Amino acid sequence: MGMITKKNILILLSIVATFAVVQVLRTMNILTNFHEITLALICINIILAVSLNLITGFTGQFSLGHAGFMSIGAYTCALILLKYPTMWGFLAGIIAGGIASALVGIIIGLPTLRLKGDYLAIATLGMAEIIRVIFLNIEITGGAAGLASIPRIANWFWMFFFAVISVVFINNFIKSSPGRACISIREDEIAAESMGINSTKYKVMSFAIGAFFAGIGGGLYASYFFFLKPNLFGFLKSIDMLVIVVLGGLGSLTGSVVAAVLLTLLTTFLQQFTAVRMILYALLLVVIMIFRPKGIMGTSEITDLLGRIGRGKGRVE
Amino acid sequence: MALLSIEKLTKSFGGLTAVSNVDILIDKGELIGLIGPNGAGKTTVFNLITGVYAPSYGTIELEVDGKLVSLAKKKPYRVTKLGIARTFQNIRLFKDLSVLDNVRIAMHQRVGYGMPAALTHFGRYFSEEKRLVAEAEALLDVFKLTEKKDELAKNLPYGEQRHLEIVRAMATKPRLLLLDEPAAGMNPNETAALTAMIAKLRHDYDLTILLIEHDMSLVMKICERIYVLDYGVVISEGAPDKIRSDSRVIEAYLGEDVSAPQDGEA
Ligand SMILES: Nc1ncnc2c1ncn2[C@@H]1O[C@H](COP(=O)(O)OP(=O)(O)OP(=O)(O)O)[C@@H](O)[C@H]1O
Ligand SMILES: [Mg+2]
Repeated sequence: MGMITKKNILILLSIVATFAVVQVLRTMNILTNFHEITLALICINIILAVSLNLITGFTGQFSLGHAGFMSIGAYTCALILLKYPTMWGFLAGIIAGGIASALVGIIIGLPTLRLKGDYLAIATLGMAEIIRVIFLNIEITGGAAGLASIPRIANWFWMFFFAVISVVFINNFIKSSPGRACISIREDEIAAESMGINSTKYKVMSFAIGAFFAGIGGGLYASYFFFLKPNLFGFLKSIDMLVIVVLGGLGSLTGSVVAAVLLTLLTTFLQQFTAVRMILYALLLVVIMIFRPKGIMGTSEITDLLGRIGRGKGRVE
Repeated sequence: MALLSIEKLTKSFGGLTAVSNVDILIDKGELIGLIGPNGAGKTTVFNLITGVYAPSYGTIELEVDGKLVSLAKKKPYRVTKLGIARTFQNIRLFKDLSVLDNVRIAMHQRVGYGMPAALTHFGRYFSEEKRLVAEAEALLDVFKLTEKKDELAKNLPYGEQRHLEIVRAMATKPRLLLLDEPAAGMNPNETAALTAMIAKLRHDYDLTILLIEHDMSLVMKICERIYVLDYGVVISEGAPDKIRSDSRVIEAYLGEDVSAPQDGEA
């Protein structure tokens, strides 16, 4: 056991390879602006999906408020960037956005995470709406008109970098003792408490970590698309994220990544068929859920498959 | 000083008094039986001790480092941290997780790394995880479950699920172990094997055990003292021989087939 296993090296190589391929295509001018925007959106959706999966898929807390966390990160990062339009301003903005979002997650999580199932879903939905209405009404965020000309420092490299960081950190967390504590709450909260797990603490922790990365996703969005308005972060945005997570598989990070790529491509592709777009989209979701009711990946990960191909079963991580 | 002292413990659900004025004293190292007909309030006593329910009245105190600590308003995870572990009458394993994960989760409160190591897998992560697996395997060995550590808990046969519940409870390093009908649904051979296992666990791990059981062969064989509950009230208490011949106990059980328990609430 340790950091340097065949599996980890393989994963590292595929990450580097993905980046290299895109980089080569970019320098050869094969990728258009349109392609690059799609790639950026994929990265942002990956970040939002894996962070929501931590809350909903792994900890079992049904959240409909992810867009709210994203917006906090977006506005925090935008405001810092407008003041300090440098690379350091950008990085500080991203981190501050994550932290601000995590703090709100803790403040909101403490009272609401006592609720279960549908009630929690409604409470988180309400929270995201309140956040949106606040941004709509305060001056510093430009109200309904929003913020424009946010310095565009986020580029393909940063998008890719933060997407990888998010997946790696959340994956590490899930394969740690606090992560297993979160999963045990999803499995059976009473049994988890009886085994010494402080369920409130780990629910709030999962909420805060999920919110942190959603905030980072928001910050990246703000800087890449250089324009923000509160209505970008409405109810439908939260639903979009949930669809990715459910489609990929509740409890599979690989699934979230795969579904984020697929659905982002699909949405971009369907944009040409404005009229039937939503119908096709919905139809596809229904078909996938009929054939794979537990999502594309269920609860398995790419690393499980690698392990099976590699040195067989019984490997403990 | 008793390890666990329960005084005047009472719990009402609406109009129903499930547990009424119960006194129980357990010394360190004892193996105590808690018996009674269906619906007598046995599981409710466990739920009160472990903080799943708050008592309507009465006190529950645990000896911790020579001092008595009240358990009455403690949440279940705090009670577990103080050294009380339990199994459930209706098995409550983490069904979709591996056998190993079920045990490792119960060790969480003794894990020696924090959030930075959890997120980065730097620092003490690998050494601690290694220790957890070794400790978990040692416990699984006791019930010969080590071979199955990668299987999902729900795929184990029924008897092994009951065993895994005991292993999982042991993983919290309890001083007091509460077993809720551990032999339910087992055949006489399995029950005999389990009886021996419980005696061995108690000896090897220096445990105090409170045991709910309908199977009289098990109870009479290993318990030093027995409390008998009926309609929430302790109707008799003492050594197995005394209980066996107590007319009130016989009356309470009259017409009951005590060897065929039915499942109730968790
Ligand atoms: N949460 C609850 N709400 C309402 N009534 C309850 C609750 N829990 C238990 N009861 C009632 O309290 C009484 C005692 O139940 P309990 O489960 O403690 O019995 P038991 O002695 O464990 O029985 P069994 O041998 O069937 O397991 C029963 O009448 C039961 O219906
Ligand atoms: Mg019971």
